[in-house]
Amino acid sequence: MIVAEALTKRYPEGREALRNVSFTISAGEMVLLTGHSGAGKSTLFRLLAAIERPTAGSIVINGQNLTALSRKAVPYLRRKLGLIFQDRKLLFDRTVLDNVLLPLAIVGHPPKEALRRAQAALAKVGLPNREKTFPIALSGGEQQRLAIARAVVNRPAIILADEPTANLDAGSAREILEIFVAFQQVGVTVLIATHDPVSLPIVQARTLRLDKGEMSEPGSEQALATR
Amino acid sequence: MSAWFAQHLAALRDALRRLAAAPLNSLLSLVVIGVTLTLPTAGWLAIENLRQLTGDVEGTQQISLFLALEAGRRDVAEIEARLRQERVGRWRFVSREDALKRLQAAEGMAEIIASLPHNPLPDAFVVTPADTRPESLESLAESFSRWPKVAHVQLDSAWVKRFDALLRLGRLVVLLLGVLFAGALVTITFSTIRLQILAQAAEIEVARLIGATDAFIQRPLHYFGALQGTLGGLCAALLVSAGFLMLAPAVGELARLYGTSFALRGLAAGDVVILSATGGVLGWLGARISVLMHLRQLL
Repeated sequence: MIVAEALTKRYPEGREALRNVSFTISAGEMVLLTGHSGAGKSTLFRLLAAIERPTAGSIVINGQNLTALSRKAVPYLRRKLGLIFQDRKLLFDRTVLDNVLLPLAIVGHPPKEALRRAQAALAKVGLPNREKTFPIALSGGEQQRLAIARAVVNRPAIILADEPTANLDAGSAREILEIFVAFQQVGVTVLIATHDPVSLPIVQARTLRLDKGEMSEPGSEQALATR
Repeated sequence: MSAWFAQHLAALRDALRRLAAAPLNSLLSLVVIGVTLTLPTAGWLAIENLRQLTGDVEGTQQISLFLALEAGRRDVAEIEARLRQERVGRWRFVSREDALKRLQAAEGMAEIIASLPHNPLPDAFVVTPADTRPESLESLAESFSRWPKVAHVQLDSAWVKRFDALLRLGRLVVLLLGVLFAGALVTITFSTIRLQILAQAAEIEVARLIGATDAFIQRPLHYFGALQGTLGGLCAALLVSAGFLMLAPAVGELARLYGTSFALRGLAAGDVVILSATGGVLGWLGARISVLMHLRQLL
């Protein structure tokens, strides 16, 4: 469960990226975070991933208050989140398998168990036979799947995805969304930030809309939308 | 296998991978570190050999006790008993007859000796003390001079003192060189790790974003520094040993000309272990400082 209350993020130069943003996302829910470029989606994503800290307000993820989190505790929080970045952040000098093994190595899984989990994650996103391939040899959609495999390999309860279908064709975008739906159906909370919800394939999800750093209907969440 | 052990093993493997990824760069770094450690190590070994040489060369650290001419067999026996009781080291007795025979054997001395009315040489003891520190030698010589029937005690203490002072100066120079070159090794590793951090910036960022702790990110870099230092130490041991192997025959020949059986001592297995461990610790230190300074800028 994610609870954000009166979130404000102001940068040192005075720009206010988020203003008094509040919302609640229940466990196992799929939510689309929409808004134009510069609306504050990526800022909110960074706050939820504890990459940045809010200027005011609070974020509680599964009972853990991020604003009170010590610097040393941040990595342990991130291990519980499946983070998918807009630029994917893949390691191009490592194989597909090594990319997926990295989060498992960080947690300290024994090699055999890590290998089993990584192979399972790659199979889940439809990349079972690309283990030895380097990411540069993958298509955009495959790279995004690899990013998802890396995000879910530690079986997180929450997936945060920033523009996961950006620059993908409709077919690839649909496949990516189907993967997210599959995770949501087994109880994983999924939050997808996107600037272009219209281009997304039909998916049943609640929508939160940001506009110039504010929720478009401040203090309330948008109604459940079936698209 | 515990998670802790697995993570350290993975970090070591990662460090080895990084070393192997740029073999020429790694080799050059190892040679530079090796040469850096070679100079103080060779200096230390040279001092140790000199110290050993002074211990080996007959007469350099010996005390001669010349007895009074009127000393008889009972006096000689009493001195022997005292030497045995005091446990001062090794000693040998040179009778006045033996001394005269030796003198006669010397070129041009036979006629002179034959013209003497009686044997002018005294009985003597040549003591090789166990403790060869100059202050101990002096104290021992002074003690001998108070023994009955001992007419004269001879110790070339000035020479021993001068040589000891020279050795101490040498040791100090080697120590200063060691500190200087240790600083150089730390700086070399510091710089190498800085380049590693810059080259691995993307990987470090990704690891951090997906939950890596500072320790997880720093560990392979620490291993890299320690590994580089250790291998550099081994390289230095190789260089020093090769140099001493080349010098050994010439030094042996020179020693033979001076009538000694001195052999140049190279690095022992224990020395190699200490040298490599020192390199490893200094490499780790350089990596640690670099990591603390540069990693924070990235995160």
